Amino acid sequence: MTDFDAIIARDQRIEPRDRMPDAYRATMVRQIAQHAHSEIIGMQPEGRWITRAPSLRRKAILLAKVQDEAGHGLYLYAAAETLGADRADLTAKLISGAQKYSSIFNYPSLTFADVGVIGWLVDGAAICNQVPLCRTSYGPYARAMIRICKEESFHQRQGYELLMTMMRGTPAQREMVQDAVDRWWWPSLMMFGPPDAESPNTARSMAWKIKRHSNDELRQRFVDMSVPQADALGIRLPDPELRWNEERGHYDFGEVDWEEFRRVIAGDGPCNAERIAVRRAAHEEGAWVREAASAHAAKRVGRAA
Amino acid sequence: MSWPLWEVFIRARRGLNHVHAGSLRAADEAMALHNARDLYTRRAEGVSIWVVRSEHITASSPEERDPFFAPNADKIYRHPTFYEIPDDVPHI
Repeated sequence: MTDFDAIIARDQRIEPRDRMPDAYRATMVRQIAQHAHSEIIGMQPEGRWITRAPSLRRKAILLAKVQDEAGHGLYLYAAAETLGADRADLTAKLISGAQKYSSIFNYPSLTFADVGVIGWLVDGAAICNQVPLCRTSYGPYARAMIRICKEESFHQRQGYELLMTMMRGTPAQREMVQDAVDRWWWPSLMMFGPPDAESPNTARSMAWKIKRHSNDELRQRFVDMSVPQADALGIRLPDPELRWNEERGHYDFGEVDWEEFRRVIAGDGPCNAERIAVRRAAHEEGAWVREAASAHAAKRVGRAA
Repeated sequence: MSWPLWEVFIRARRGLNHVHAGSLRAADEAMALHNARDLYTRRAEGVSIWVVRSEHITASSPEERDPFFAPNADKIYRHPTFYEIPDDVPHI
């Protein structure tokens, strides 16, 4: 048994300078980078509502939330760098499409109710995925996840509170919430990834204790959590097959449109091109700032010498 | 061209040590401190921040872990429980 296997077997964390299988390192870099990219791209659907938030209170909250997403992306890029990945290279791979981000962010945020639904459902699904990752086997990733999970709880609660406020409003506001839920429910279920039977990497990731639960387990957990929340809100989840199964002790729910999932992952979602174009523009238009900061730092070092 | 990597250490409250929080990229010390504040203390997590260039840290090697720490393994007399004192002796 190698040191690596022994550490995993004892349920301890792998740390950056430990010897690890190449495939573990590559899987970790891919997963952490994809996660970081998701946080960074995830700033866009809500970010576009900052200037149009209906009150100063909502604007301040939304600004803080989007700033958190940026922070989460940076914690994760830092974790990826401990494995030898280079941040500039990761950004280049995001922009070129060589690395993916969560398919959920390729859907548009059409109304202000979407801001609430993203907080409630999208961040809620993210929390379901992320809480077990606080115990993932790679130390820097687990530590980043602990920090992120603490902050995500604010994200979900602000979204739910926003929706409760709208549901107490006019019929038009209630319709707006229902419409947003109708559009985001199924893509939220897709956030847990393909069904277990079609998730080839799951077994190895579980053996390495990167993952602690399968995609379908987490999806079920999310459905079970969301149904009573939807009832309390007074909205309907858009699934005619959704019903309590006494025998299983879980809610049964309909089949996700996996064809749509694959299409969006492959680049053909409503906003794929726009998300990457915005990220590319931010990167290219910010180049002079990065260069100026480097030039300034070099000049100061030169003076001190 | 990319900015150097910095390690960030945060003192959560007066009376505690600075503890490693993570790392970040910044062009110079001033920017590293500002970025560390924005990245790692958005919710009053700290009262003091240290930043240090990652390349200036020297670390022990995990490969040598066992031999490196071996000298402390067989010195159980460094621990108070090594010494047997009768139960009826107070305050010791």
